[in-house]
Amino acid sequence: MATTAPPPSASADEVLERLERMWQARPGVLGWVTTTDHKRIGLLYFWTTLVLFAAGGAEALTIRTQLIQPNQSVVSPSTFDELFTMHGLTMIFFFIIPMTTGAFGNYLLPLMLGARDMAFPRMNALSYWVFLASGIFIYTSLFLGMAPNAGWFNYVPLSNAQFDPGHAIDFYCLGIIFNGISSSLTAANFIVTILKMRAPGMSFNRMPLFCFAFLAASFGLLFALPSLTADTIFLFLDRNVGTHFFDVAKGGSVLLWQHLFWIFGHPEVYILIVPAFGIATEIIPAFTQRRVVAFPLVAVAELLVVFIGFGVWAHHMFATGMPTVTVVFFAAATAIVVIPSTIQVFAWCMTFITGNARFKTPLLFIAGFIFMFVAGGLTGIMFLAVPFDQQVTDTYFVVAHFHYIIFGAAVFPIFGGMYFWFPKVTGKMYFELPGQISFWIIFVGTNLLFFPMHIVGLEGMTRRVYTYPSGLGWGPSNLAETIGSYITTVGIVLLLGNLVVSWFRGLPAGPDPWHGATLEWTIPSPPPEYNFAVIPKVSSAYPNWDYADRVEDRRKLAEAAMVLEQGHEQPVTSPIDGWWAEIVEMPHDSPWPILLALAMSLVFVLLLLHLWVGAVFALSGVALALLGWHGKEPQEA
Amino acid sequence: MLAGCSGKQSTLNPHSHASTDLANLFWVMMAVALGGLALVTGLLVVAWIRRGKRGFGSDPDDPHPGERAGWWVVIGMGVVFPIAVVVALFIVSDGLIVNVTSAPAASSTAMTIDAIGHQWYWEFRYPGTKAVTADEMHIPVGARINLVATTADVIHSFWVPTLNRKIDTIPGQQNRILIYAKNAGVYRGTCAEYCGLQHAHMSMLVFAQPKAQFRAWLRKEAAPAASPTASLERQGEQVFLNGACSSCHAIRGTSAAGYVGPDLTHLASRTTLAGDTIPNTPSYLSRWIVDSQHYKPGNEMPDLQLSGAQLHALVAYLESLR
Repeated sequence: MATTAPPPSASADEVLERLERMWQARPGVLGWVTTTDHKRIGLLYFWTTLVLFAAGGAEALTIRTQLIQPNQSVVSPSTFDELFTMHGLTMIFFFIIPMTTGAFGNYLLPLMLGARDMAFPRMNALSYWVFLASGIFIYTSLFLGMAPNAGWFNYVPLSNAQFDPGHAIDFYCLGIIFNGISSSLTAANFIVTILKMRAPGMSFNRMPLFCFAFLAASFGLLFALPSLTADTIFLFLDRNVGTHFFDVAKGGSVLLWQHLFWIFGHPEVYILIVPAFGIATEIIPAFTQRRVVAFPLVAVAELLVVFIGFGVWAHHMFATGMPTVTVVFFAAATAIVVIPSTIQVFAWCMTFITGNARFKTPLLFIAGFIFMFVAGGLTGIMFLAVPFDQQVTDTYFVVAHFHYIIFGAAVFPIFGGMYFWFPKVTGKMYFELPGQISFWIIFVGTNLLFFPMHIVGLEGMTRRVYTYPSGLGWGPSNLAETIGSYITTVGIVLLLGNLVVSWFRGLPAGPDPWHGATLEWTIPSPPPEYNFAVIPKVSSAYPNWDYADRVEDRRKLAEAAMVLEQGHEQPVTSPIDGWWAEIVEMPHDSPWPILLALAMSLVFVLLLLHLWVGAVFALSGVALALLGWHGKEPQEA
Repeated sequence: MLAGCSGKQSTLNPHSHASTDLANLFWVMMAVALGGLALVTGLLVVAWIRRGKRGFGSDPDDPHPGERAGWWVVIGMGVVFPIAVVVALFIVSDGLIVNVTSAPAASSTAMTIDAIGHQWYWEFRYPGTKAVTADEMHIPVGARINLVATTADVIHSFWVPTLNRKIDTIPGQQNRILIYAKNAGVYRGTCAEYCGLQHAHMSMLVFAQPKAQFRAWLRKEAAPAASPTASLERQGEQVFLNGACSSCHAIRGTSAAGYVGPDLTHLASRTTLAGDTIPNTPSYLSRWIVDSQHYKPGNEMPDLQLSGAQLHALVAYLESLR
C-alpha cells in the first residue's frame, strides 16, 4: 500500500492526535472482547495463565500433602491419579507455554521489534480465545469428576478404551488438540512477526536475543505439535471409532504412541525453557549495563538447542527394550545438546562478571535461575549414561531433574520477568525489599522441595505412587519436600501480593527505570496503543543505548515525521536485512476471533459427547465465522 | 545416609556387578556435577563480590569491557570442557557399563525366569518346571539369570534396583534383562511404570538363596498343592473350589484354574501379600479376604460375602498351602 504524506499544514500535535484516534481501543468490556492489541491480548493471557497456575499449584500442594508421610490417605488413589495428570498438563500446556509465549511474547515482541502489533492481530486474538476455551474445556473434566488420569504422557494401553473407559482420556485427547491449535497459531504469528515486522534497520544480527529465543521456540512449537496432534487423534480414533493404531493384537504398536509423544515431548522441554532464556538475556544486560558476552554465539546456541532438541526424543524410552544401537545413538544426540546450553550458561556468567551487576529482584531471579538450570542440567547430562538412565528413569530422581529445569529454568525467569517488566506494563514501581525477600523464600523453598527428590529417587521411590510404605527410609525426604512446597507457596503469594500492592501504591516508574537496552524502554509506561509514535531508528541489538538514534527519534517526533498516521499502519521489512519493504494497513478490533473460538468449542464439545453428526454441523458454524472474518472491514476516515 | 540399613530398594546399596557399576558411576558423575555446580556458583559469587566494578582493569569507558576474556571462557568452559566431559562419560557408560547391565547373550545363562506384569501383581514362572508364584521371586545366589519381562495387560516396568537397572514390559515384546545376586538376601523391587490405580502397591521381593536351598524351593514350588488333611482345611478347600475364589485364582492339583489373580498353589510359603503390602499372617490374610479394597482400593477382588465359619475354614486351608 502506498503512503500518503501528511498534509503540509498539519502540525505535530495534529498528527499525533490523529495517530491516537486511529489506534484508540473500544471502551469497556467490548474493547477487551474484540481487542486485537497485542498488549491487551498479552495481559489476557497473563491473568488467565495465573489462574491456571494457581490450579496447577493447588494440585501440586495436594499431592505433596498426600505424600508428607508414609501411608496417608488425604485423597483417594483415583483422585491422586487425576491430580498428578492435571498438574503436569496444567503446568506445561496451560501455564508455562501460554505464560512465556502468550503473555511475555505477545506483550513484548512487538515492543522489542519496534512494531505496532503482531503480524496477524486477529489470529493473535483467536489464539487467546482458543486457549481460554481449551483451558475451560479441560478443567470441566475435573469438576465433572472425569479428569484425565493416565499421566501427562498418557501411555497406551493404559489410556485405551479397555483400561480407561469413560470420558477422561477423551477430554485429554480433545483438550490437547484444541490447545495445540492455539499454540500453533501463536507460533506461526510469532515467526512472521519476528521475520517481517522488525523496525527498519533491525537486521537479523541486530535483533535482541529475546527475539531469537522466541523465534527458536516458535519454530519448535510449529514442528513439534503436529506429532502430538497426530498421536492424540490416533488415540481418539482407537478409543471411539475402532481403529487399531495402538492395538498390538491387531498389528498396531504401543511404542508408536511413545515415539510420537516424545518427538513432540522433548522439543517441548526446550520450547518451555528457551523463551525463559530469552527473558534472562534481556534482564542480564539491563542490570549489568553491558551487552551479553559472545552475543552471536548465544544467538546461535538458542536456535541450535531447539534444533538438536528434535533429535533426542528416544532418551525418554531407554527402558522400553530398544536395540542397544538405537539407544546409544540417542545418548550421543543427548550429549550434543549439552553444548548450546553450556555456551549460554557461561556467556551469562561472564556478562555478570564483566558488567556492573546490580542485584535487584529481577537479576536475583536470573542468578537463581542459572543455579537451578545448571543443577538440573547436570543431572540431565547423567541421563546420557544409558545404563544409569535405565536405573533411575521413572523414579523421583527424574522428577527432581525436570522440576529443577521446569521450575528453576522456566518459572524463575518468568518471575524475574514479572518484576522486570512490571514498571513497563503498569507504569508503577514494585517494592524492592519484599521483592528480594520473595526471591529468597522461593529459592530456599524450591530447593527444599526438589533436592530431596534426588535422594528418594536414588533410594528407589518411583514416580506416580499415591503412597509409599514406611521402612524404606523415604519419610524424612518426603517430609522435607512437602515443607518446601509450603515455603515455596508462601514466596509466590508474597511475590504476587507485592505486585498487586505495587500496582495500586507503587511510585511512578517513568519510561525507563532500569536504563534498559531494548526498544520497549524508549516509549512511555504503560505503552500507548500504537506503541511507537515514531517508527524508531535501529542500528544495534541494544537500541536504547544508542544515544544518537534516540535523539533522532525525538527530533522526528517534534517534526511529526515517520509517524504513519494515515491509517492503522505499520511498516514491513525484509526478513534478513530489515530494510523497508512496504507499509501495511493493520486490522482493527474484531468480534470474529472470539466467535470463531466459540464455534470451535462447540465442535470439540460435540466430539466429546460422540455426537458426530452434530459436530459436522457445528463445523458449518466455524465456516460461517471464517466467512465473517474475511469480510471487508469498515474503514475509518 | 543414602545406603543405610533401610536401603533394600536403594540403587546405592548394590548387590550385583551391574548395580555396583551403576552406583559407582553415579558417585563419579555426582562428584563431577558438584564441581560444575560449584564452578558456576563461584562465578556468580565473583560477580556479586565485584558488583559495581566493570571489566578486568580495562578502560572503564570500553562499552564491552572484558569481551575478549569472556569469549575465551565461553569457548573454553562452555564448549571444549563439556565436550571432553561428555565424551568421557559417553565412552565409560555407553561403551563399557551398558554391556554389564544389558540383556544376557542367548544361552549364556544358567536359567530363565519369566516375569509377567499384571494389574497389579507380578507373576513369576520358571520355564522347564511347573512352578508359578506371585510377587516373591526366588533365585540362586551367584547365578546369571535371564529374566524375560512381559505383560498380561498394560505397560509395567520390572525393577530391582539393588540387582540391576529396570526393563519395561511392553505388550507384544519380550524384553530381557540380566538378574544376578552376589549375596544371599532379600531384595525389594517394584513396578516402575505407572500402570493404573494400584501402581503404588505393585512391589515384589527377590529371595537370593544358596543353590541347594533354591533347588529345594523350586522342587516344592513346582509340585501341586498337597491335599488338605484336617477337616477344617477340607471345608476351606470346598469354600475355595465351590465359591468365587476359583474363578480367578489357580491352585495346581485342584480344579481351580483362574488366571485373573495370582496363583495360590503355595500361598502359605510366601512372606507377604498383595505386592509386599501386608505380611502373610492368618489375621492379615483373613482381613485381606474380607476387605481387600481397604488395603488396595480398586483391585479386582470382589467382596465374597463369606460367613465367619467359611472365612475361618478358607484361611485354614490357604495357610496349609505350603
